[in-house]
Amino acid sequence: MNKAIDSKLLHEPDAYGAWQQEYAATIGTDKQVANRSGVPIKPLYTAADWNAADRASDLGVPGQAPFTRGIYATMHRGRTWTQRQLIGLGTPEEYNARLREVLAQGATAISLLPCNSVFRGYDMDESHIELLGTCGTVINTWEHMDAALQGVDFARTSCAQNDPTPFTLLAFMLVAARRRGTDWRQVSGTSNQSDYLSHYVANHMFYRLALPGARRLLGDHIDFCNRHVPRWNPMSVVGQHMQQAGATPAEAMAFTLSTAIQNARDCIERGMDPDDFLPRFTFFFDISVSFFEEVAKFRAARRIWTRITRDRLGAKDPRSWRFKFHGQTSGADLTRQQPLNNIARVTVQAMAGILGGLQSLHTDAYDEALSCPSEFGARIAIATQNVLREEAHLTDVIDPLGGSFYVEKLTDEMEAEIERVMKIVEDAGGMYQAVEAGLVQRMIGESARRFQQRVDSGEQTVVGVNAYQVEEDASARPINTRPDRTTMQAHVDGFKAWKAQRSAGQVQGALDALARAAGDARDNVFARVVEAAEAGCTHGEICSTLRREMGFGHVQAIV
Amino acid sequence: MSEPHTMSAARPPEGAKAPSGGSDPHAVGERGGHMIPKVLVTKIGFDGHDRGSRVVAAGLRDAGMEVIYTPPWQEIAAVVKLAMEEDVDVVGISSLATDHLIVPKLMAELREAGLGDIGVVVGGIVPDEDEKALLDAGVARVFHPGSAMADIASFVRELAGQVRARRVAL
Repeated sequence: MNKAIDSKLLHEPDAYGAWQQEYAATIGTDKQVANRSGVPIKPLYTAADWNAADRASDLGVPGQAPFTRGIYATMHRGRTWTQRQLIGLGTPEEYNARLREVLAQGATAISLLPCNSVFRGYDMDESHIELLGTCGTVINTWEHMDAALQGVDFARTSCAQNDPTPFTLLAFMLVAARRRGTDWRQVSGTSNQSDYLSHYVANHMFYRLALPGARRLLGDHIDFCNRHVPRWNPMSVVGQHMQQAGATPAEAMAFTLSTAIQNARDCIERGMDPDDFLPRFTFFFDISVSFFEEVAKFRAARRIWTRITRDRLGAKDPRSWRFKFHGQTSGADLTRQQPLNNIARVTVQAMAGILGGLQSLHTDAYDEALSCPSEFGARIAIATQNVLREEAHLTDVIDPLGGSFYVEKLTDEMEAEIERVMKIVEDAGGMYQAVEAGLVQRMIGESARRFQQRVDSGEQTVVGVNAYQVEEDASARPINTRPDRTTMQAHVDGFKAWKAQRSAGQVQGALDALARAAGDARDNVFARVVEAAEAGCTHGEICSTLRREMGFGHVQAIV
Repeated sequence: MSEPHTMSAARPPEGAKAPSGGSDPHAVGERGGHMIPKVLVTKIGFDGHDRGSRVVAAGLRDAGMEVIYTPPWQEIAAVVKLAMEEDVDVVGISSLATDHLIVPKLMAELREAGLGDIGVVVGGIVPDEDEKALLDAGVARVFHPGSAMADIASFVRELAGQVRARRVAL
């Protein structure tokens, strides 16, 4: 015998094997775990799951395709995420007062939320007065917009308008800008949630015109902004509503990317070059409390979008490949029970979005599940962002979770799941057809039911709701403030008086031109909307004219 | 108004409890015995968030009830008309964003139409101080976020039984 091999050496398991043995021996009953998107989650990830040496090109570096680690070279360290809190309430003056407070507390950009009556396309004198201004600002004319944004320099502060087709709020803002002497080429912001498809599917607040009309108007809007308001982002493709309606994170991302492809194809069909409009495509996502899943979802999306824009749509400009997005912490995760717990939830959600590489963030107030947010709650929401940036120093390192075996493997798996769902939509003829056929709505409804069943059965714990319940502390519930009825009535009376002193001929002429444009495929309907706003037409007048010409948007009844 | 969508319990999905036996499914006898509750699930006002109403509508259907479901933004007059035409026992209003504030108007119009006996239930985001006003206006119950589907179903079934019993008694 030349060598005597110690038998202990032959049978000694490697380190991973040793861990496996010890884990199995001590774990007891190991439950099967899957995330919300259905991806199975293991207890430990190693280089066997994801090996940096093999995957360097998929990982890349920040600011370079495929952008997995971030769309810019400097990310938040160079320029922190925009603190863009969604606010809206009462009359334009009341909104302006709250806006100035929020800007003083650290918000860096504006996201104006109009009253639900405005969302539905009605003027204030056509609406139940009880519902005016409860959840958004009542703006029906360009003068209201001017009042709402008093003290805001349009050329310096980015302003998102939450306003569906036909984008009257942007029209009002452009008129106000012109009156103030601000060049439209300096105005920056976003037609937030301009995506008509996602609103047909879920949330519906942004749904006013029938599908074909909404589709055409979006194209006109993108075209107009391209030519006349070049710093404006006319396209905001939305994943938030579908995820809040129950879509899994992977489904919501898949449907959103599919919608973006549909919108891009429609633009190309109009003769636009992808590099003309893609740099101004932005996205808007829900951020759930499923922390790692959300981080992986966003990292995967950046990679997928690079391939879509560069390889499928033929965009040559690297700016067209960049997946720019705004994230909002998910209200659907918040509870009415023990509402202060929501501060913890929002913090986790915000962190997931930040570490996921968002460009802009809205954090919910803790009282979202109780009522429209209070001032007190709104202040804590902004403070949460300030704490994360300045005390937790989350801006110091770009993509800090990059290279984690788990996060990289999960990014791969979320990518696969997202693409699987995208293929379902593609096979159905693309997003427009899939939505028209109700396919997307049914899938979302199924996911919503499945989630509800998991909560009802206790499989998914919701703290304070199906576990850890306590006798409620009523003092934690904020006093709900509603708009002052007298002030709102004065706003309505003022509006009626304003309408009465307009030139009826001028108003009617503008509405007639708008109606003609709707019937003429060569005309730009949004350009006529802006002219109508200039002529003193009201929001309701513009919406009802277009609904009459292009069809009223009805949502399908799908359960 | 968009076409309402009737979801019948006559062919319950796999796993849902079928209504118990008896010759006339609409006979009113013992409370909850043979009858199939008929429920209208709808949204009034301006809000469009319908996850709750869709999940609850499906849940009530799966619990063996006959459900009429409508998309959001129904006019109050249209809801009253539908409740009358469909002869519902219970109207369920889903509200995320303050539309509960016009539920008292709905109650008044139901009464004016001679439908004051219909049970009305509200689900969604209703601040505490508004809940009392709704109950005072005649709403039978307010279900807040976090309510279990089973609780909603059993309450609605019980309420429907009471409504039917009252109708027979008149």
